[in-house]
Amino acid sequence: MNRIDNKFKEKKNLLSVYFSAGYPQLEDTVTIIKNLQASGVDMIEIGLPFSDPLADGPTIQKSSTKALNNGMTTEKLFTQLENIRDQIDIPLIIMGYFNPMIQFGIKKFCHRCNEIGIDGIIIPDLPVEVYHEDYKSVFDNYGLYNMFLITPQTSNERIRYIDKVSNGFIYMVSSSSVTGAKNTFQKNQIEYFKRVDDMKLKTPKIIGFGISNSETYNAAIRYSEGAIIGSAFIKFLEKQGVNKIGSFVSSIR
Amino acid sequence: MNYNVDERGYYGDFGGAFIPEMLYPNISELKKNYIKISNEPGFKKEFDSLLKEYVGRPTPLYYAKRLSNRYNCRIYLKREDLCHTGAHKVNNTVGQILLAKRLGKSRIIAETGAGQHGVATATVCALMGIKCVVYMGQLDIKRQAPNVARMKMLGAEVRSAESGSKTLKDATNEAIRDWINNPEDTHYIIGSVVGPHPYPDMVARFQSIISEETKWQLNKYEKRDYPDFLIACVGGGSNAAGLYYHYLNDERVKIIAVEAAGKGIDSGESAATSALGKEGIIHGSKTLLMQTSDGQITEPYSISAGLDYPGVGPMHAHLFRSRRAEFISIPDQEAMDWGLTLSQLEGIIPAIETAHAFAILDSKKFKPSDVIVFNCSGRGDKDLSTYIDYFKL
Repeated sequence: MNRIDNKFKEKKNLLSVYFSAGYPQLEDTVTIIKNLQASGVDMIEIGLPFSDPLADGPTIQKSSTKALNNGMTTEKLFTQLENIRDQIDIPLIIMGYFNPMIQFGIKKFCHRCNEIGIDGIIIPDLPVEVYHEDYKSVFDNYGLYNMFLITPQTSNERIRYIDKVSNGFIYMVSSSSVTGAKNTFQKNQIEYFKRVDDMKLKTPKIIGFGISNSETYNAAIRYSEGAIIGSAFIKFLEKQGVNKIGSFVSSIR
Repeated sequence: MNYNVDERGYYGDFGGAFIPEMLYPNISELKKNYIKISNEPGFKKEFDSLLKEYVGRPTPLYYAKRLSNRYNCRIYLKREDLCHTGAHKVNNTVGQILLAKRLGKSRIIAETGAGQHGVATATVCALMGIKCVVYMGQLDIKRQAPNVARMKMLGAEVRSAESGSKTLKDATNEAIRDWINNPEDTHYIIGSVVGPHPYPDMVARFQSIISEETKWQLNKYEKRDYPDFLIACVGGGSNAAGLYYHYLNDERVKIIAVEAAGKGIDSGESAATSALGKEGIIHGSKTLLMQTSDGQITEPYSISAGLDYPGVGPMHAHLFRSRRAEFISIPDQEAMDWGLTLSQLEGIIPAIETAHAFAILDSKKFKPSDVIVFNCSGRGDKDLSTYIDYFKL
């Protein structure tokens, strides 16, 4: 059974954290993952940097660019993660744009993920329909989940469709926006969380984009099974480095 | 073989819509409506009338006598440079603004490199009284000051794209991010046959007026409605798509696409996407693009800002792979020389983009009976400072 499913079975109110692999320093990847697990984080999204991250705001654009300048590549990331399962037992997800995966070779990419013990992938620019037509069988062969996004603009009908074809969790984008930390949620966002929560989907939901502190985390988990923090954590890494991650996590919950 | 788009939004292996879920409602709204709306009699009437009365169409198909004599063939220029705002770009922005109005949108965004598409968008927004924001790379804002001023005069807000390499590719990223942030009231007017389906087809349809006119104009002058060769420059490829459109499946017509070799294909400073690109995804479309072996998109180079794009429209990627079109790349120097040659042979100062197309005359051999149509896609006013620096005028 996939570690992601197990995590949702054993625990409520998950906290998932995103970071750009290769940032702040090229070789920080394993240290960040270890420190996040030691701080009690439930799931980690490892960002595969891309030159043109369309769905990301300034913070993640900057960390991606820095990571690439540091020398991060798909091959480099897989090398860094080679023995990660000796020390890490929480679910690990790779989040990245589709073009670098195509160049690496989709089959080879999935194969390496499977060898390392990656549990799932999030590809913001691979639409659910295209995935199902052209790529699902490869991902399935390697036991990899592919998680999809929904947004405040996604119709109920489409949410039902995505729920039906989803594994792992549904990534609920909190607002109509690119990634980025915000201090509080607006009324219409809370209404959207409620609307989707009331749909009683079969797939767990995690809310991401705009989660930055305990207030937004707590608001999110009232209507979902967990929350994802990205930009706020990257800003923290920029200022505090990789050794005080525990203090960041304890400021959230 | 069909060289046009299929029901799935693909040209052969290329195209599709690789978009984040955040853009799904906007893209599916467009997909559902773009053909339906543009076929409505009211739309057609307004579009045709604006093209005639405002843009100045039909543009002449001009028989270039001195050029024809020199190269011993029959050369025609499709004079898109005579369109309002100085290039073919406005054909598309007129179409898209009418579409945006019918979709109830109250705000327009656009990306621009050299500023031609930005100016064409700002122009139609002024015409319709709709708010306009144009994203332009920080470097391009510095390089293309007159076009920035034109957009401002037309009432548009020009926003500097400061991510990545700070040029057209990044301006496009910023426009897409703006659309993600403003999904309800905003329409994104893409300036070329790039981006997710249905953009490449929609833009090609609005530009197809170029070959529609070419057909009846050729019939008038040559007593046949098709040429032997069609020749156009290709960056993203909208002027070329417009010139080829009605001849795509007419195998009597040979198609030549001219890309910018920059300082030479192997120099590391080039924009010859067909030669240097590999299949991948850029701005929501599967196409050929210049990238590293790790799949990071690289920065192209050409002396002409309009050809300075790391990808190419999926229609052109398909024309290249299927060998329907011959792709030739022309270095900066030859293009610049042709800017001067065309000026002095025909009294037409072309945009540097356009000058690339003519440069194939030096290597390509034609028969005296060959009828050749060049798309004279833009005029050189915007490039005067580059010409002045280059030729020490």
